[in-house]
Amino acid sequence: MAQNPFPLGKDELLKAYRTMRTIREFEERLHVDFAKGDIPGFVHLYAGEEACATGIMMHLNDNDRIASTHRGHGHCIAKGVDVHAMMAEIYGRSTGACRGKGGSMHIADLSKGMMGANGILGAGAPLICGAALAAKVRGDRGVGITFVGDGASNQGTFLESLNLAAVWNLPVVFVVENNGYAESTAMEWAVSCDSYVDRATGFGMPGVTVDGTDFFAVYEAAGEIIRRARDGGGPALLECNMVRFYGHFEGDAQTYRAKGELEAIRASRDCLTILSERLVEAGVIGRDELQAVDREVNALIEDAVRAAKAAPLPVAEDLLRDVYVSY
Amino acid sequence: MSRKISMKQAINEALDLEMRRDPTVIVMGEDIVGGTGAQGEDDAWGGVLGVTKGLYAKHGDRLMDTPLSESAYIGAAIGAAACGLRPVAELMFLDFMGVCFDQIFNQAAKFRYMFGGKAETPVVIRGMVGAGFRAAAQHSQMLTPLFTHIPGLKVVCPSNAYDAKGLLIQSIRDNDPVIFCEHKNLYGLECEVPAESYAIPFGEANVLRDGDDVTIVSYGLTVHRAMEAAAALAKDGTEAEVIDLRTLSPIDWDTIVESVERTGRLVVVDEAHPRCNLATDIAAFVGQNAFGALKAGIQMVTAPHTPVPFSPSLEDLYVPSADSIASAVRRTLSPKGASPRIAA
Ligand SMILES: Cc1ncc(C[n+]2csc(CCOP(=O)(O)OP(=O)(O)O)c2C)c(N)n1
Ligand SMILES: [Mg+2]
Repeated sequence: MAQNPFPLGKDELLKAYRTMRTIREFEERLHVDFAKGDIPGFVHLYAGEEACATGIMMHLNDNDRIASTHRGHGHCIAKGVDVHAMMAEIYGRSTGACRGKGGSMHIADLSKGMMGANGILGAGAPLICGAALAAKVRGDRGVGITFVGDGASNQGTFLESLNLAAVWNLPVVFVVENNGYAESTAMEWAVSCDSYVDRATGFGMPGVTVDGTDFFAVYEAAGEIIRRARDGGGPALLECNMVRFYGHFEGDAQTYRAKGELEAIRASRDCLTILSERLVEAGVIGRDELQAVDREVNALIEDAVRAAKAAPLPVAEDLLRDVYVSY
Repeated sequence: MSRKISMKQAINEALDLEMRRDPTVIVMGEDIVGGTGAQGEDDAWGGVLGVTKGLYAKHGDRLMDTPLSESAYIGAAIGAAACGLRPVAELMFLDFMGVCFDQIFNQAAKFRYMFGGKAETPVVIRGMVGAGFRAAAQHSQMLTPLFTHIPGLKVVCPSNAYDAKGLLIQSIRDNDPVIFCEHKNLYGLECEVPAESYAIPFGEANVLRDGDDVTIVSYGLTVHRAMEAAAALAKDGTEAEVIDLRTLSPIDWDTIVESVERTGRLVVVDEAHPRCNLATDIAAFVGQNAFGALKAGIQMVTAPHTPVPFSPSLEDLYVPSADSIASAVRRTLSPKGASPRIAA
């Protein structure tokens, strides 16, 4: 076997691949089942963006907190939220991560440090400042990561949080997931500066831009700024340039894209293909080993869907439960 | 000429007609045109559910996509209104009010009074309200009572396409800030709507059904549930009068009180949470002003005191149903004092 040129050992590399593949399979399955009419509500898929969540979350433990977005499935999976509980939640079942009360846009698992997907753009940024403040007060070396899309990066809450984190020197990493679009509107039009690094600089913190389809680029850049935040060095911003493979939400015809754009990004910017090619070419992991992972993941998702469909729906008493701690 | 169109089309038509009539009308919001700055089709979305689709082709740059910055663009619409434009700003889901409420309730709502009657702020903020769309806790709320609580805001919530068109035209012409609440589960509902322009005055409720036994008051989606309940009750010989408020601020107290004075019984139905809502407001007003006419305790049917649950099995229990309205009516028909205490 060739010498490993990567910053991770083989087990870790397989773990990264497995995480990305799990996200992809999860999302592609939802895409199919949504079209069949099996899934209620709004569903925003993370397919195409897997390298970002995975490259960042490889540096985190359950004591580190993340605040996610409406496009949260990938963040959940990479943070270790149970796939069966997620699927059941999306199907509105009582076995779901939020007992069916939250749905796709609100999956949370506080025990895993996953503070929730969010239906309100920019809402995660102040919350993660609070998580980082709590870690700082406790002195437990925990960090907080908030994800925000290029569109939501224009929210006042996000911009205020950059400043707050800087003046309080909080262990926060602001991740801008720049997929070029906010719904149908182009990032180039909606965001007033050319680079998020300029925004970070303006708020007195370092900013880094990486190719978010390159797992290793994300992994290395995130590693450095997360370490810095953990060591008390303060907040930073990480911009990941990436692509989304499906519509803004399921049902979006995507007519705002240029002709051939989707085919082009799928052909040249598929982060899973990019990662697996590099692993195989380097001779570190064999194609057959990756295929074995694919089969396991496939079985896992299949089982999650089966279990979700078979699980009970919440019942009338659940409607009034959990409004307050004791109700 | 009149034809059947949906509430979505009626809203689109109202915007189109007012933009034609008045060059100071501009329309803005997130993806209300769609595809701005992108290489594909112009007018790619026409709003998240296509309500403004096609208006860009007719009115061009008077329709403006905005960055995802509600405080800034809703505030800018308000500022422009104070300086002579008549902006209609879409706030996609009115749940997003949370991020821009200051501009609405501390700014727009107060200018007129705080500046000694010297300001006018003819802005319309329109967006979706209501549950039943499987859109979960942050995209499904009926926040109308928050808006009616604020002096200076006018609050409109149509139950059908005809009213939506006339009330939106009136909202645009009105010189005060108007919160225009569109129930997302009514968008597809069709009825006869004249092609020409017409305005429905504020503060005039619509009596949808006459009856002498009980008055049912509601607005928005639950008007339809009230009508179903009334039809079911009629089979048992109970004739309900059904009043659709149409505007919540101003509110048509006269029509409500006159009806209750005739029927002696009142059921108020509100999709909002049970505390401090339109139902409690109307019940209190009638209790204070028409107590002598009441033959039974006033009944309120509302959503429960919970966020909107995602799971269809729970969301279906959340919005007041025709059955729950009919049961409330039956409680008003039972001997005084016999009705059980209803938990909020
Ligand atoms: C405060 C607020 N405004 C608007 C929306 C509606 N909305 C949901 S997702 C979205 C686009 C977000 O774009 P971006 O931040 O780039 O994230 P992406 O969807 O590309 O991942 C919009 C406008 C919302 N959920 N919350
Ligand atoms: Mg985006």
